[in-house]
Amino acid sequence: MTTTIESTPAIGQPLRRKEDARLLTGRTQWTDNIQLAGTLHMAILRSPMAHATIMKLDLSGALKSPGVIAAFGAEELGALNASVPCVWPVTDDMVAPDFPALAKGEVRHVGDCVAVVLAHSAYQAADALAEIDVEYAPLPAIMQMEDALKAGSPLVHSDKGTNSCYTFKLPCGDYAAAKASADVVVSRRFVQQRLIPSAMEPRAVVASPMGTSGELTLWSATQVPHVLRVLLALVTGIPENKLRVIAPDVGGGFGGKLQCYREEILAVALANHLGRAIKWTETRSEDMVATHHGRDQIQDIEIAATKEGKVLGLKVTLLANMGAYLQIITPGIPLLGMFMYPGIYKMDAYDFTCTGVFTNTTPTDAYRGAGRPEATFAIERIMDELANELEMDPLELRKKNWINHGDFPFTTVAGLTYDSGNYEAATAKALELFDYESIRAEQKQRRKENNPVQLGIGISTYTEMCGLAPSRTLGALKYVAGGWEHCTIRILPTGKVELVTGTSPHGQGHETAWSQIASDTLGIPVDDIEVIHGDTGRSPYGMDTYGSRSLAVGGQAILRAGERVVEKARLIAAHQIECSPDDLEFVNGSFRVKGNPTVEKSIQAVAFEAFTAHNLPEGVEPTLQAEATVDPQDFSYPHGTHLCAVEVDTETGKTKIRSYVAVDDIGNVINPMIVEGQVHGGLAQGIAQALYEGAEYDADGQLLTASFADYLLPSAVDLPHFTTDRTVTPSTTHPLGTKGVGEAGAIASTPAVINAVVDALRPFGINDVRMPASPQTVWRTLRNARKAGAA
Amino acid sequence: MIPSTFDYVRPKTVDEAVAALKQGDDDSKVIAGGQSMLPLLRMRLASPSILVDCGRIGEMRGIKESSDAITIGAATTHHEVLTNDLVGQYAELLALTTATVADPQVRHRGTFGGALAHGDPAGDLPAVALVMNATMEIAGFGGRRKVAAKDFFVDYFTTAVGPGEVLVSISIPKMGSDWSVHYEKFNRTAQGWAIVGVAAAVRLEGKKIAEARVGLTNVAPVPMRAGKVEAALTGAEATLATIQKASELATDGTHPTSDLHAAADYREHLMRVLTARALAKAADL
Repeated sequence: MTTTIESTPAIGQPLRRKEDARLLTGRTQWTDNIQLAGTLHMAILRSPMAHATIMKLDLSGALKSPGVIAAFGAEELGALNASVPCVWPVTDDMVAPDFPALAKGEVRHVGDCVAVVLAHSAYQAADALAEIDVEYAPLPAIMQMEDALKAGSPLVHSDKGTNSCYTFKLPCGDYAAAKASADVVVSRRFVQQRLIPSAMEPRAVVASPMGTSGELTLWSATQVPHVLRVLLALVTGIPENKLRVIAPDVGGGFGGKLQCYREEILAVALANHLGRAIKWTETRSEDMVATHHGRDQIQDIEIAATKEGKVLGLKVTLLANMGAYLQIITPGIPLLGMFMYPGIYKMDAYDFTCTGVFTNTTPTDAYRGAGRPEATFAIERIMDELANELEMDPLELRKKNWINHGDFPFTTVAGLTYDSGNYEAATAKALELFDYESIRAEQKQRRKENNPVQLGIGISTYTEMCGLAPSRTLGALKYVAGGWEHCTIRILPTGKVELVTGTSPHGQGHETAWSQIASDTLGIPVDDIEVIHGDTGRSPYGMDTYGSRSLAVGGQAILRAGERVVEKARLIAAHQIECSPDDLEFVNGSFRVKGNPTVEKSIQAVAFEAFTAHNLPEGVEPTLQAEATVDPQDFSYPHGTHLCAVEVDTETGKTKIRSYVAVDDIGNVINPMIVEGQVHGGLAQGIAQALYEGAEYDADGQLLTASFADYLLPSAVDLPHFTTDRTVTPSTTHPLGTKGVGEAGAIASTPAVINAVVDALRPFGINDVRMPASPQTVWRTLRNARKAGAA
Repeated sequence: MIPSTFDYVRPKTVDEAVAALKQGDDDSKVIAGGQSMLPLLRMRLASPSILVDCGRIGEMRGIKESSDAITIGAATTHHEVLTNDLVGQYAELLALTTATVADPQVRHRGTFGGALAHGDPAGDLPAVALVMNATMEIAGFGGRRKVAAKDFFVDYFTTAVGPGEVLVSISIPKMGSDWSVHYEKFNRTAQGWAIVGVAAAVRLEGKKIAEARVGLTNVAPVPMRAGKVEAALTGAEATLATIQKASELATDGTHPTSDLHAAADYREHLMRVLTARALAKAADL
């Protein structure tokens, strides 16, 4: 039985976000706004060295400092010093070093936690850090992945005997044969520089034991309250049913808050131990060195093709920087990209190898796109290089190789089955908006007149897998958790709705979008629906928010729970109207007798009847609520075509984006305004990787980009006007026909921009530019090319 | 922000400020808009015992005119400078440059005098003060003194304002409408510090350059004048070719540093390119 909406459906409307008034004014519960009586403030002494033995750690000075209640090093902490969990052992022989909350005798990256101080105020705690007497004996810092793998290299973890974490292989088809039969083989080394997630709200925790019941509540600026609760229970030994984790309003995450951090472990363990509330809010300086980083891969890419431009095979060899330790899914990040290197293209052979490497750097983990931006960059860049080699237009080469609309569902060489897609439609729309031919003509003219400002066009025809994830797939990849999502919907006696979701928004607008879905399902106005999220006390089950999964997976749970509510209401309505449930239709929130619309009963009225329970049918329980836990049938595969035109000033090396067109196909859309926002934000982050951001360490392991003065985030002023549009090819594996959109912009845009920069510089014999393509980098690349040309 | 403990006073007059500074000995610091001081406090790179807030001293606020100069109180905000008619009329180069300083929030808090007294080599305004031949008035316990811009900037983050002293005002000779000016700033993000900046002012007589002044930002521990460029252009034809040729001399006497955003050789290259661009734009070529 389906719900009929005869009035305007809420789905598809660009409704203003319910949550924005409180988020934009800050008049809400950010974790740092939470004030509990008697709170102790935590400060953490962090290693100033990349690699060293702790020769001495004397806390007595800190203990004498005003306001200090307690101080701990690893020794003082003893059994409370739990280890940070990694839940993705990607191979059976993966090297997984111990990662204690406080370093035991040796520090392994700048920012490593050495000691913790608890004081009455945050100021006193910070002052006391200076009174800790600590001596380090430096050890060699291992900074470069290739050096780390050389025989005889110093070791990040001497007890492990190697800096190699794992090697993972995925051979598909016969790449050697494909290469042997190819007319053209193009290989390139791409470097995915290290990025720092940089959420607007830094991390923050408040841990509070509640009276004598043994219960402990943790408020944390996290993306994953449910996952965190399970992991904290496992590592601290606090029974899971005594632990409540709340993610109040959270100001951004981008993967950086998909974690079980040592500060969360310390706050919970110490609050439990001391029976006092403990609070810690990260400074921005701490965030730069202690919140996990993203990307950091060296990609050796080789593509084999016929001279007509038919791609035969692809070989991908990765070095992935784990950093000093493994965090929640550190080793799995490059493998999330593993399936996406073939992109939207048909080929018969694909050979993937990834080696994870330890270095004396901040651990890496998920950052917007997590593995897939790296993969998309590699394939979209190498396609341009292949086109250049074959002297073909890069668009023509793509058309020749992409999966045609009529081919779907299509199983790729990597083994994924893309359910749907229409690359032709998205590309045609993008070309029309971009005015491709006239920009190519202008480029030709500028090249001819040797204009100091050269024009380049970049193309990115991307797809991605999102909606993490079918649990069986995660199991096959040795990921220890499932990928389902949960929703409970209650229609309260007064007709208002509580929608309890297991997703955990941190800026995405779930409260609005989820209300829109439930509104159409239940026939109840959006404003009457309250979305409850991010609290294991109110929403006991959930897998939280990351990997563009909230709508793709969580949306299905909302739909199913809503349908179950309607079905229960139908039984009650039929009983009271005295007809068969099959004789009722559900229109605009009311049950009507088919053919006699004057007899009707609203779902709100049914909810009240379900509450009083005076007259329910046999076997139907009181209250009107239902829950659903849904495991997705498959991933969803959004795609699109992005076109970027850049002007490169060859005198200064500065790149300016002249125009940017993004046509994304994310299937059906719940709220187009929210989608627009997601695309804009993603584009900004992807463009930032191409042109601005990059974490840099010196040879001793000091992070040089340790503040926003040196780690450059572009602002709106630095970004171009975005022309965005969509094509709609609904997902066939999702009842709402939606696909994910949270990461698409970040995935698609980086190669579009770099392809454009390289295209502008082709006349100088340049075929790659390192990211970020800063003015100096472009200038130096040009100068080297000119020197090489003159030689 | 979790700084070390400090005392805070907000004097109403320059004399009170000087007295407060003396009380704090070497550990006292002047604050006005706080846009340079607060980051230092936040990162605990500075731990003054006392902060003397000069932001509300009447004498240090606002812009006045005399017959041949305008005088700007040191605690006048960038925004006030930017929107002031006298500045627009007689110190267009200062207005143009101030508009490139950071972002609107910073410009509403940060002060002209603060930016000069901080002595950051990457700051935009010191080069402008140099080009405009500004004179700084400094007050200390022993009285007041005047220092020319060319003597004011001493070294990295070091100016003629000594311990216990406060910069009171900046006097800038009027630059009339016979001058045309431009500030060419090169940075990676709109709100970022200048990697290199060039302040150019030219006075044209017919097709000839009667006088040229060029100030360079972030090419040495202190702002510099490109004296050789200025000399080469004096009396020269105002053409792109002469400007480009003269701009090749822009690196003379500079000591550019290497940092994350630019190595010294790249800074030198930028000096030449940007000097030519700044002069060409000033001369409307």
